[in-house]
Parts: sequence; structure tokens; C-alpha cells
Amino acid sequence: MRVSPFLSQRIVVVILWALAAITVGVLLYIIAYILIHGLPHLSLSFLTLSPEYMGRRGGVFPMVVGTLLVTGLAVLIAAPIGVATAIYLTEYTREGKMTAVIRFGADCLAGVPSIIFGLFGFVFFAITLGMGMSVISGALTLTLMVLPTIIRTSEEAIRTVPHSYREVSYGLGSTRWQMVTNVVLRSALPGICTGVVLSIGRSISETAAVMLTAGSALRLPHSLFDSSRTLALHFYILSREGISMPNAYATASVLIISILALNLVAYWLMHRFAVKVR
Amino acid sequence: MKQDKVISTILFLVALSAISGLALITVFIFKEGVPIIARVGGRQFFLSSDWDPGLGHFGIFSMIIGSVAVTAGAMVIGIVFGLGLAIVLTQFAPRTIAGMLKPAIELLAGIPSVVFGFMGVVTLVPLIRTYLGGPGLSVLASSMVLGIMVLPTITSISIDALQAVPRTYWEGSVALGATRWQTTHMVLLKAARSGIVAAAILGMGRAVGETMAVIMVAGNTLEIPRSLLDPTRTLTSNIALEMAYASGDHRQALFATGVTLFVIIMLLNTVALAVSRRRSGRGGVR
Repeated sequence: MRVSPFLSQRIVVVILWALAAITVGVLLYIIAYILIHGLPHLSLSFLTLSPEYMGRRGGVFPMVVGTLLVTGLAVLIAAPIGVATAIYLTEYTREGKMTAVIRFGADCLAGVPSIIFGLFGFVFFAITLGMGMSVISGALTLTLMVLPTIIRTSEEAIRTVPHSYREVSYGLGSTRWQMVTNVVLRSALPGICTGVVLSIGRSISETAAVMLTAGSALRLPHSLFDSSRTLALHFYILSREGISMPNAYATASVLIISILALNLVAYWLMHRFAVKVR
Repeated sequence: MKQDKVISTILFLVALSAISGLALITVFIFKEGVPIIARVGGRQFFLSSDWDPGLGHFGIFSMIIGSVAVTAGAMVIGIVFGLGLAIVLTQFAPRTIAGMLKPAIELLAGIPSVVFGFMGVVTLVPLIRTYLGGPGLSVLASSMVLGIMVLPTITSISIDALQAVPRTYWEGSVALGATRWQTTHMVLLKAARSGIVAAAILGMGRAVGETMAVIMVAGNTLEIPRSLLDPTRTLTSNIALEMAYASGDHRQALFATGVTLFVIIMLLNTVALAVSRRRSGRGGVR
């Protein structure tokens, strides 16, 4: 029996929409489940108190500090390197063997699993360079991990800057560097920021790599060479070892709320400025 | 101009950091992991399932099978959902709904893997245990969790591939009287094939490399799984589970597990890059 093309289209459309609905449903379910179980246990004191009894009681202050330090440092180091790479690729060279090699490096780095970054960070930063399991080892490992994202988004943002802008800038007598900093970077800034914000999200979520490099110390890090546990790892340990489910849910809520906020910022940046640039 | 030359050189040196990072990673992972493979013997290491670090037995065959099984399952879910969503978004969704679906998929990509794993443990695992049997912590649970996790990768790259098909193909097909769906599966999916294949391969890389979520839902036993409901251990979880207390040969064997994983991922990446380069000629995977 031959099914009419219109009937088969109708069937397919129903299936496709069902797939979309399931996906959105799963997303909403995850967010709702974590927040419903976590928000009742979340309070200001949870964020500002130190954990007691391995996290059974008390708050997550050292983990908040640890997460901010590791993530902040990683992005602070990766952003200039990533943007400089993007500037080099778009403004300072022609497509050729060298750009192919640089892009290949970034593309491959983007595909390396986080556990491999963790192994590498452990043996290179922590042991070979003698930094130990520390905030700085974790941050440098995450730097490598988010670098490809920043390179790619910056490159895309720079490519959307119209050519006429550059011509006008040259026409006014600026050097290439003046053109890049005053014109190109300024108009590509929202796109670059989007990449940076997404990288912050990725660093906050990361667990496997920081577990092997920043360690899991519960106390507040006093220097960059102290070990520090991040929120994501704290959540993993609390829930997996069954230390405290209420505190696990509250920690997960902090993570989910941060990710939601960062995604909102990225979305806002992209849409607020996309109209102007494209 | 002298200043321009200096800046250009500095930028070039900085631009080498990604490829240097990749080189450093390769060198250090191999330096730590390869000697133990040589000592144990490749055959023993890759083809034996006897993993008992206390006795100095290092065989990762069951974990290779675990990774393959979990990834295969994840790909079924990831491709059906990922490609389905890409088709909905590019062909069937009105602009307003597409405008809401896209950020939702991006958000899904941002959710921490530990949270995915945890949700698997509290929702999927009990369901599987009650209705399908077995311990619940299983290949099936891991595949489902991973499938959802790789969906955003597959969707976003497939969307790029579908949008890269020239508009005229679509117009030609519709002008010949084909329905939207006929146009999609007879024209667009064929024209975008290499991009979609690249999307699937990159998604596969994600699934093979995912660690924390799998640890939480796979059960981590050392036997080769006989069915979808059996627990299993993957290459990634082996490393993450045992690194904390490993030393000496044991630690090297974990690095060797990493080498295996790294080689698999690099092969997948290279194939994906080659496939998508052939399509676009330049620029690589976006």
C-alpha cells in the first residue's frame, strides 16, 4: 500500500514535534527537579558558611570561593590568548598552511575529553611543574579546555565586522593595530563576550578535570597553590557518598541558577547586538 | 612598518598556544602511559579483561567494550533526537518557536554532567530496575543519559549543515510538487549528508569522552556486559574512579587507559574534520 505524501508528512511532523517536546520536557524536568528539592535548603547562610562534618552541615563558602577562583583565573588567562589567536587568524595572516595548523590544533583541543585534560593537568601542572593539586593547576587546565571555544566565537564575531569599517579606518590613516583595537574589536566585543560567558559556564560545570588537578580540600584556599574543591565536585561527592542529600540539592541549585544566569547573559548579548552587526 | 611586524610576530606566537597545548597533552599522556603498555604487552593490555591493579593485572578489554556499548546506545538516541530537532528547527518550526527551542538546546548543553548523572540515578535507574529488571545501573541508563547529553552537539552541527544547502535546491524540489518532508529527506538530507555525518562523529567523541555522568549511572563493574540491563565500566570512568588512590604501575596503567581513549577521540576528530572539510573546502567544523 502506498501512503500519500501528505499523510506521511503529517506522521513525520507529529513524530518530530514529539521529539522536540520530549527534549524540552527533559530540560524543564531536570531544572524543576533540582530547584524544587534544592531551593528550600538554599539560603544566604548556606553560601557564606563553611561546611561542617564533611559537608553534612553548614554551607559551601569555600567551594564558592574555589569555583570563582578556578573559573575566574581560567577565563582571565584564556580570553586574551583566545582573542589574540582570533585576531591573528583573521587580520594578520592569509589562509594557508599555518592557519590550517592553528585551526586543527583548536578543533582537536575542543574534542579532547575533560578526563584527559585532568590527567594532563595532574602530571604536567601538578607534578612536573610542581604546582601540586591546587587552584592554579586547576585554572591552567581549564584554560586549555575553554581556549578553543573562545578562539572560535571570537573568530566568528570578528568575521561579522563589515569590511567597510576596516577600509574607513585605514582611510583615516590608522595603522593595522589601531584599526584592530579601535574598530574591529569594538564592534566584535558582544560576540567575544558571548564566548567568554559560555566559557565561564563550561568551567563552572566541569568536574572530572578539576577533580584531578584542583583536588578536593574542604577548607578555604589561602593561596593559589592551595587545593580547593569546586561546587560541581562538592555536589558529586555529597550525592555520591550520600553525605547529605539536602545539601547536595542546594549545591546543585546554586550550579543550575548560575548556569541559567550565564545563559541568559549570553542570550542577551547575542540578541541585543546581533541586529546591529549582521 | 616595524611596530606592525612586532605585533604580528607576538600574535603569531600566541596563536600557537592551542596547537602547543595539544602537543604537550599528547606528549605527556603518552610518556606516562605507553611504557606500561609495552611492559604488560599490547595483547594483554587491550585484549584481556583481567583488571586487578593489586596483583599487577592490567587488561582493559571489558572497559573498551563498555565504552563501545554505552556510546552505541547513546548514538541511537542522540542521532534520532539531534537530527530530528535540527529538521524541526530548520524546516517545520515557525520563527517564534524556533527562537525558543534554540536557547533551550543551548541550555541543555550547559547543564553540568554531574547533574545529568545525578538525574539519571534518581529517575532513570529506579525506573529501569522496577520495570525492566537488573540493577538499574546499566548500559541502558548510561546510553539514555549520554544520548541526551550529546544531542545539543549533533543538533547544532546538523543545523549548520542543513542551512548550508543552497536555497535553490529547496525551491527546485518544492516547485516539482514535493511536500516539505519529501524535500527534506530526498534533497536536503542528501545534500547535507557529510555535515550530518560529521555531527554524528563529533557527538560520538563527546559520548566516548564523557566521564562523570557515566560513573554515576553505569554501575562500574568489571565484567563485560551481556545485555543492555547489565552494569558496565567505561574507559573514562576507570580513570576517574581510581586516579585518587593510584600510584606506581597502577597510575601508569590509568594513563595507558587515557592513551587508548585519546587515540580513539583523535581518530574520531580527524575523520569528522576530514568529512566536513570535504564539504566546505575550508574552515572546519563549526
